[in-house]
Amino acid sequence: MDIHEYQAKKILSDFGVKIPTGGIVYSPENAENKAREIGGSKWVVKAQVHSGARGKAGGIIICNTPLEVADATDKLLGKKLITNQTGPEGKIINRIYIEEATDIKHELYLGLVFDRSSESIMVVASTEGGMSVEEISKEKPETIIRSKIEVAVGIQQFQAREIAFGLGIESQLISRAANTIIGCYKAFSELDATMVEVNPLVVSQQDEILALDCKMSFDNNAMFRRDEIAELRDKTQENSNEVYASDRGMNYVSLDGNIGNIINGAGLAMASMDMIKLAGGEPANFLDVGGGATPEKIVKAFKLISMDTKVKVILVNIFAGINRCDWVAEGIVQALSKIEIKHPLVIRLAGTNVEKGNEILKKSKINYIEASTLEDAANKAVKALG
Amino acid sequence: MSIIIHKNTKILVQGFTGKIGSFHAEEMIKYGSNVVGGVTPGKGGMTHLNLPVFNTVKEAVDQTGASTSILFVPPAFAADSAMEAADAGIKTCVAITDGIPSHDMVKIKRYMRRYPKDKKMGLVGPNCAGIISPGKSMLGIMPGHIYKEGKIGIVSRSGTLGYEAAQQLKDLEIGVSTSVGIGGDPINGSSFRDIIEKFENDDETIAVLMIGEIGGPQEVEAGKFAKENMSKPVIAYIAGLTAPKGRVMGHAGAIVSAYGESAIEKVELLKECGVTISKNPSVMGETVKKVLVENNLN
Repeated sequence: MDIHEYQAKKILSDFGVKIPTGGIVYSPENAENKAREIGGSKWVVKAQVHSGARGKAGGIIICNTPLEVADATDKLLGKKLITNQTGPEGKIINRIYIEEATDIKHELYLGLVFDRSSESIMVVASTEGGMSVEEISKEKPETIIRSKIEVAVGIQQFQAREIAFGLGIESQLISRAANTIIGCYKAFSELDATMVEVNPLVVSQQDEILALDCKMSFDNNAMFRRDEIAELRDKTQENSNEVYASDRGMNYVSLDGNIGNIINGAGLAMASMDMIKLAGGEPANFLDVGGGATPEKIVKAFKLISMDTKVKVILVNIFAGINRCDWVAEGIVQALSKIEIKHPLVIRLAGTNVEKGNEILKKSKINYIEASTLEDAANKAVKALG
Repeated sequence: MSIIIHKNTKILVQGFTGKIGSFHAEEMIKYGSNVVGGVTPGKGGMTHLNLPVFNTVKEAVDQTGASTSILFVPPAFAADSAMEAADAGIKTCVAITDGIPSHDMVKIKRYMRRYPKDKKMGLVGPNCAGIISPGKSMLGIMPGHIYKEGKIGIVSRSGTLGYEAAQQLKDLEIGVSTSVGIGGDPINGSSFRDIIEKFENDDETIAVLMIGEIGGPQEVEAGKFAKENMSKPVIAYIAGLTAPKGRVMGHAGAIVSAYGESAIEKVELLKECGVTISKNPSVMGETVKKVLVENNLN
């Protein structure tokens, strides 16, 4: 789960990371007042959307008067921001963060992630702040510092100091920088985060170490014990069909193609998407209804796919194990008695009692195309596009 | 022989009396697995499915001599149960539970480091289908009848894609020595490398089918291991050719976040290691067959 920049900043500042003075607003009038309240003579107006690269997309505006702050807020609020990470549909701007502008001396990069190889927490830092970590690894890989943290004892002062010295931070600022790194580590490890990224982390002209922009992501599997984080979810930043699916316990990712698919199991779903592509088509979605594929899940899945206006053909691929094919077939028949599907429907069943399952489908009044293998199903789905 | 589980392996079910635990325990018993009891804290002394229930894993191990456990405990308590199994001397624990937080997985793995190698538990999963040695024992939630007895080792992150492979092999009259689901989570108990090493050392297994997907370094690490240490052929399929970057595809671990983690990159890196690639999921069985013929193993 992702959260907004201003929410991440609040969390990190609770762990001792310094941030510029700022506040969140929802209207231009508020914005002007907020700018006066913050004080100073220069402000940054920042669109709060779940995406990086907001600056290049026009989502960050520097202002010299409170009136300009109000105008900039007015310009951004309610608009969709399209960045190179949001896709062409963009993301709606409902909240604006206003911040005192910072005089920057150095821009640095600081990130924390799980390292899947060593199964530890990895701190990644670089002197090349402001660029994305992918760009840094491509263009300035020699500047990257990596430090593995042993989770049982957590980050040690010396490790944070080593990173700070590695970033070329001046001696009198080392302990401040180290505390920033330790604060980020604590936020990561104590709140079930999967990613903390401060980019840029800056040294200001006044010699302060400040988190100028930051991102945090959290483990969805840990939300049962993180009410305070779960509350920060902003569903307006997510694809509405994806929200519908996740609220109903299904794994769904919206894609650009026109063949909708309903599959049980994440691996099989990815494999089916691959087969569609190899057959010359494009999947409209990834959908894993779960290993079980119960009739209730199938009904919900059909509802979900029929909400997607891109879909022209629907492909159902279920490998029934413990839940036999005859039972899955009955679920499909039930589902289609409740929902009207106007598009061609290709169904492939495999596994336990496959003959019985196919017989149930044939005897029903469903209008569908039967497929035998994964390849056959993909080919028939692409052909059905016409 | 098969790997990890055999005909007489004594099995405990953790989370035995719950709905899911009961259902799958019965399926395992029907298949012929030697389930000797279960653990549900607070229900010790009861009898469930005609088998004894214990309060602690230690007690269960003392009284039944079990060496292996399967875990159906809900996500919030699963890490604790896995560590309890490790401390009670269980040799292999299969965690079926889906939804264990990553921070808990890191904690379990760190906890297990306290045991010397010969006393250290092998954890398989979580979020996996489990293990089956066809005709011998089933320690998982798969449909047992789709697996034919034989000589191919299967290791897969995905459950259903592993079933798909077993079915394709069966249709070609090729059998399986053991099939292991290592699960779809970013931090898991046993890696591809851990399992293919066991297949290399197993007399019965003649070739290994590895079914991977996008995300993480494990497929490539296994490929490098195979290149340097394996005499048996390895065949691989990698799912997620069409998966967009930076998105989680169902499995918490199926996300491309670094170089070498996309399906195309993994396929290229595995080819360099001498692994034979099944070019699509429909031909996993045929590709295995072709490799067997080429190596005079059929």
